[in-house]
Amino acid sequence: MLTIKRGKKMYKYIKRITSFVAMFAVLFVFAGEAMAKKSKTLKNTQKKGFVRCGVSQGLPGFSNADASGNWTGVDVDVCRAVAAAVLGDAGKVKFTPLSAKERFTALTSGEIDILSRNTTWTLSRDADIGLTFVGVNFYDGQGFMVRKDSGITSTSQFKSGISACTNIGTTTELNMRDFFTSKGISYEPVAFEKADEVVAAYDAGRCDTYTTDKSGLAAQRTKMKDPDAHIVLPETISKEPLGPVVRQGDSVWEDIVRWSLNVMIEAEEYGITSANADSMKTSENPAIKRLVGAEGELGAAFGLDNEWSLRIIKQVGNYGESYKRNIADPGILPDRGPNQLWTKGGILYVPPAR
Amino acid sequence: MVVLIFGFFTFNAQVNMENRGIEFGYGFLSQESSFDVQFSLIEYDGSHSYARAYLVGLLNTLLVAFIGIIFATIIGIIVGIARLSPNYLIERSAAFYVEFFRNIPLLLQIFFWYFAALRALPLPQDAEAIFGVFFLTIKGLFVPRFVWENLDIFFYSLIAATISIVVIRNYARKLQESEGKQLPVFSISIGLLIILPLLAFLIGGVSLSFEMPVLEQIATTSFKYNGGLGLPPELIALTLALALYTATFIAECVRAGIQGISKGQKEAAASIGLTPNQILKLVIMPQALRIIIPPTTNQYLNLTKNSSLAAAIAYPDLVLVFAGTALMQTGRAIEIVSITMLTYLSISLAISVLMNWYNKSIAIKEK
Repeated sequence: MLTIKRGKKMYKYIKRITSFVAMFAVLFVFAGEAMAKKSKTLKNTQKKGFVRCGVSQGLPGFSNADASGNWTGVDVDVCRAVAAAVLGDAGKVKFTPLSAKERFTALTSGEIDILSRNTTWTLSRDADIGLTFVGVNFYDGQGFMVRKDSGITSTSQFKSGISACTNIGTTTELNMRDFFTSKGISYEPVAFEKADEVVAAYDAGRCDTYTTDKSGLAAQRTKMKDPDAHIVLPETISKEPLGPVVRQGDSVWEDIVRWSLNVMIEAEEYGITSANADSMKTSENPAIKRLVGAEGELGAAFGLDNEWSLRIIKQVGNYGESYKRNIADPGILPDRGPNQLWTKGGILYVPPAR
Repeated sequence: MVVLIFGFFTFNAQVNMENRGIEFGYGFLSQESSFDVQFSLIEYDGSHSYARAYLVGLLNTLLVAFIGIIFATIIGIIVGIARLSPNYLIERSAAFYVEFFRNIPLLLQIFFWYFAALRALPLPQDAEAIFGVFFLTIKGLFVPRFVWENLDIFFYSLIAATISIVVIRNYARKLQESEGKQLPVFSISIGLLIILPLLAFLIGGVSLSFEMPVLEQIATTSFKYNGGLGLPPELIALTLALALYTATFIAECVRAGIQGISKGQKEAAASIGLTPNQILKLVIMPQALRIIIPPTTNQYLNLTKNSSLAAAIAYPDLVLVFAGTALMQTGRAIEIVSITMLTYLSISLAISVLMNWYNKSIAIKEK
């Protein structure tokens, strides 16, 4: 009697231990599988049939949804280019609007696969928090907007006690401190979570100045009650190279996003547009032929076909077309400034696609 | 089971973080924060550490919760009693207030008070002084700052007054129990509170002067106030919204508490000749409080947790400063969110403990 009871107990005990072991074994198998596959992101994207892209909550010219939910902007076009390259259709993108605070967590947690949300490339972001910046699609700098009737025409006229509205969780907050502290001006930072509230508060008179990236200032000005009552001061107080970001650890996906952007810029350099891309296949120039997939095997390195770059150019257009459509034509920043090709006096310079 | 699930999540998080090259650690807390905060109770600027930024946020959260709880309690008690008023107009308007404010989402109310107030308030240069000393403007409420001399003597006089009030109350209670005489404790207390500090002013050399806020021009149309004490409009809007919202729930608790006392108690008290005020103070309230306190504790906790909506209107509370800016600048999501969660948990538990202790002290003592 007693031995049977003990045997039963023993049996139960063993059963429990085995189930524990089995559970951990399952965990390790999952973890091992995750590490074994190299471009998990590409595979997942092709399986899902759309690119998961994180964008802003509404910044005209960069990423902005119209009334029927169509996203446009230069940041949006980067994601569309990737979709054209890996899925063959620039429309197959699922956009997730993110606040400045949420954006990196959304990317590192795997909710999105590309973050293309006017994000400044800095050392700490690149190195510290599991992100990789793949390039620059807009060279920007932080500036200030003031009301015209304040009589301020330069940041040198700022005086102690000025209140400045801005967003939280951006490099803006740090630059603002560097700027005011170096000038010895005391200021009142009023930091909101969403850009719309910043604009509303500044517009109502809560702050004397509104500071963010100059492109952002130009874009938000168009949203104000009376855009002509405000001016953007000429000074630029920081370098803000904005670009798309991917998760660390998937170098093939990283390369796909990097070169999708580079192809757009290089296409402009060689004068390939969405209109003439097909006819460029018969070009004399081998560099052009490579870009439109008529020569070489550029796609193979990413596990893509040879027409991936042609699809980008045909469906999204080159960088110049994207800029003109999204930023210049709506009157946000008609002058390309530094975002001009290096051959035309700007600083857009990408490594050759060969 | 719970331990297993928790272990699974921890393990998973570790694997994922390793895969993505994220390191875990709290070392960042001692690094320089390099961002400024609009409103702080302690000395702070960007050259201080993240730990200090955390403290700034925590204190701001506690400040808004503290002021909010006080105002919510006062409004709640008044409205709760008003709902039981025999006066039709008072009863109806109290009921209207409760139904109106508790049925609109809090975030909307916060936006309403903030943006409506922003649009309605004058610019600093157009502001008229209220009572000649307050300035309520779009940039905040500016009040004169007290400038004290010999502040310590004033404090001593206050402490002396408090001690003598306690002594007199005890004496009065004893007197009532042994001889049945009643002393006007309330008027004596008020008198002491006024006379002792007054003596400190007259004899002790305490002096008080005011530093008035002065308008200063910083650009053609930009003005600001110098000196004085400035309360940011974000704090005012947030406190207002939280207090008005929570007060509706507290009012209902108070009403329920008073109605929970049987009519017989009141009638019995009246029959032994107590005045209506005495009935409320000596018979109804001590019993009603036992019903009121537990649900009101919940409301205090709600108010404290709701104060995290501050991020929407730029009031630099714990969520905005620490779980917002600091999280973004360091990218340490797991560490910062865990600290923030633990902090709110501790605040809530502390409030619970305090209220439970108070509840115990007024509960029926079974002897």
